[in-house]
Amino acid sequence: MTTLEQTGLSQAGQVVHKHYRSLLRTRRLYTLGSLGLLLAILVGALLFAEASNSGKFIERLPYFFDFFIHFRPDEPMEVVRAMFDLPSPYADGSFKYDYEVGRVYLFGEFYIPEYFYQLLVTINVAFLSTLIGVVVAFPLAFLAAANATRLAPLRFAVRRVLELFRAFPEIVIAGMLLAILSLGPIAAIAAIAIHTIGALGKMFYEVVENADTRPDEGLRAVGGNWFERVRFGYVPQVMPNFVSYFLLRTEINVRASTIIGAVGGGGIGEVFRLSIGRDHAAKTIAIIILLLVTIIAIDWLSGVLRQRLVGDAAFRFGA
Amino acid sequence: MSELVVTPAEAAELKALHAAVFHKPWHQRLLAPVAVFATLAYVVFCGLFFDLPRVFAEAKWDRASVYIADWYSWEAQPRFRFKDNAVELEWTRSLLGENPSPDWIETTGPHNYTVTFGSAADQVEISPSNVIAVVAGQRYRIPISEAGAALPENAPANMSLKGGRVTVDYGFIGEAEIRNSQVFVRHRYLGWPNFFFDTGSPFFGMDTATLWQTISSGEQIDKRMPNWQLMLVEFLYNSEWQHLDVWQKLLQTIVMAFCGTLFAAVFVFPLIFIAARNITPNRAANWLTKRLFDLLRSIDMLIWALVFVRGFGPGPIPGIAAIFFTDTGTLGKTGTETLENIDDRQREGVKSVGAAPLEVQRYGVIPQILPIFLSQVLYFWESNTRSATIIGAVGAGGIGLKLIEAMRTNQDWENVAYMVLLILAVVFIFDNISNALRSRLIGRQS
Repeated sequence: MTTLEQTGLSQAGQVVHKHYRSLLRTRRLYTLGSLGLLLAILVGALLFAEASNSGKFIERLPYFFDFFIHFRPDEPMEVVRAMFDLPSPYADGSFKYDYEVGRVYLFGEFYIPEYFYQLLVTINVAFLSTLIGVVVAFPLAFLAAANATRLAPLRFAVRRVLELFRAFPEIVIAGMLLAILSLGPIAAIAAIAIHTIGALGKMFYEVVENADTRPDEGLRAVGGNWFERVRFGYVPQVMPNFVSYFLLRTEINVRASTIIGAVGGGGIGEVFRLSIGRDHAAKTIAIIILLLVTIIAIDWLSGVLRQRLVGDAAFRFGA
Repeated sequence: MSELVVTPAEAAELKALHAAVFHKPWHQRLLAPVAVFATLAYVVFCGLFFDLPRVFAEAKWDRASVYIADWYSWEAQPRFRFKDNAVELEWTRSLLGENPSPDWIETTGPHNYTVTFGSAADQVEISPSNVIAVVAGQRYRIPISEAGAALPENAPANMSLKGGRVTVDYGFIGEAEIRNSQVFVRHRYLGWPNFFFDTGSPFFGMDTATLWQTISSGEQIDKRMPNWQLMLVEFLYNSEWQHLDVWQKLLQTIVMAFCGTLFAAVFVFPLIFIAARNITPNRAANWLTKRLFDLLRSIDMLIWALVFVRGFGPGPIPGIAAIFFTDTGTLGKTGTETLENIDDRQREGVKSVGAAPLEVQRYGVIPQILPIFLSQVLYFWESNTRSATIIGAVGAGGIGLKLIEAMRTNQDWENVAYMVLLILAVVFIFDNISNALRSRLIGRQS
């Protein structure tokens, strides 16, 4: 914008103008100061990251593309063979080409290819843990919402528990259960379910707090007890949002369960970490493709369902 | 208050009048029971799929209590070895300093020891080839033969036999395991005396007053540095708790989340203007940028992390890169959606006074979108602090890697607890900072 002309201003006008200019200066100073601070922190952080990394960024950058050379399958068909556990013409007895070994036979000659089976494990882990999360978070949300629960200490306690569940590192729960149960998926389910209770509990009680209180008032006026008020006053209002958060969470948890899988929780994550660690090109590419397709499909499905449930106003992150 | 009473006849009439309310279509009525049934069926399926009964039957629940007890207490583990009609006391794990002589081990003779668990009614008396366990005042002689130890007659419930070893469990305070070659005693202490200084440190076991005296007026312990400096070094390089290392790893995790999110935000901000169809009226450009965001978002953070760990080696750089790539996709998507939903009137106003295209964006669009975009960035920064812990565990460095290493040994659960507390503190602080900044940016949300 063009700057204001100073000519032709009365004394009062000039005072206003001067004050405006000084305000603007202060504001710019603050903006510049904050940006400078941010930049200083960033530079410090990057230097620290560079110093504590085992490979240096610039040094390693050219080798980064080695990944794509390393993980180039012998021929495109190899990826398909790895994906569907078909015998490979390159088979030399090593783990790299032992695609058939992973077959999971259901009956007779019918088998599920290994990676599809592991993907099923991962998806089931995600879905079951989301389900557990919803079932537990559902009652807790009403206990944590200010309009549904008048008892402040109870509300406070429930909220702190939800916060703790949300912040508690998932890998610690998974690691601890792994040591006890010595089998992956259960540990992963527990870890993700606990985090889900915390995360969904918070989203749910925010929905409840934003609900219209008039149905509740009506029910209280005719003498409804707490359960009736929640059941008939709030649940019908919040249900679409709850279901839509449940779908969003399922989407997030599929990602979480692949990651937890990689640190010992079983499923596709673990297989992927092993195959990338052993330089198995075709297997790695096959898993990447499978994961990509699964995640896109689940995102799309949950997006469509959410759109139908709550319409356009569905999710505005942070807004 | 007058009472309203609806007679059964009236109720029937009302129901008939408003059939739509009381007789919902069958598919709506069936929805809830079908959903519940399907959920239960699915849970049963999962139970079989994951082989739950077997996993729980084989679970080692006794380990859980030991691991959790390690979070707030430690065990002294003396062994009393039987050797040619003598008993030798050996310490395998102890935080009691050099030559420990705790008051719960009493030397009653040249080869006779009495170990007390809490009270005089719970003791184990050890002499060559003769072990007497006292449980709640009752004395039991444990028969020991070449084949191993055996249970005495009418053994109490807290005595158990497994593989020639008799374990006497005294609860939290500890247990004694009697074998034919030795008696292995575990004695639990609440708290960790070596939290500040390890047992090899000259400051180990000093109370606050003594410590203060040593710093202010004590004799110089190390010729190379003053006492306060030595104390700091001894604290930071504590061999058991590794304070400095843990803090550095935690800082790495924070740095990963901070740099990754910031880079993604800076990189994606111009791109969302290209992706939004109301800003850039070029369909091909919109489509390309949006699909780029989708692709980046759909590749799991795990894939990014593992790929970059191979490229750059373990450390925070692959973590930063993984967060950067995933977040470019997610921030791009949410940012574009916000941008496509802005109010057009402000832009039209700026355009109508004859502003250049860039100025239209600067004064017509940015003031609307910047607060929301920044608040989205803050939200992701906060959630990435948590993700960074997990991707750290697959090799991207930071506290995640340290946690998983500590858990793998199955010995250092106290260190795990320490790191968990630090992580919780960091997450709590960042949550609050991010919430405060966000509510300043977009106004207090109810």
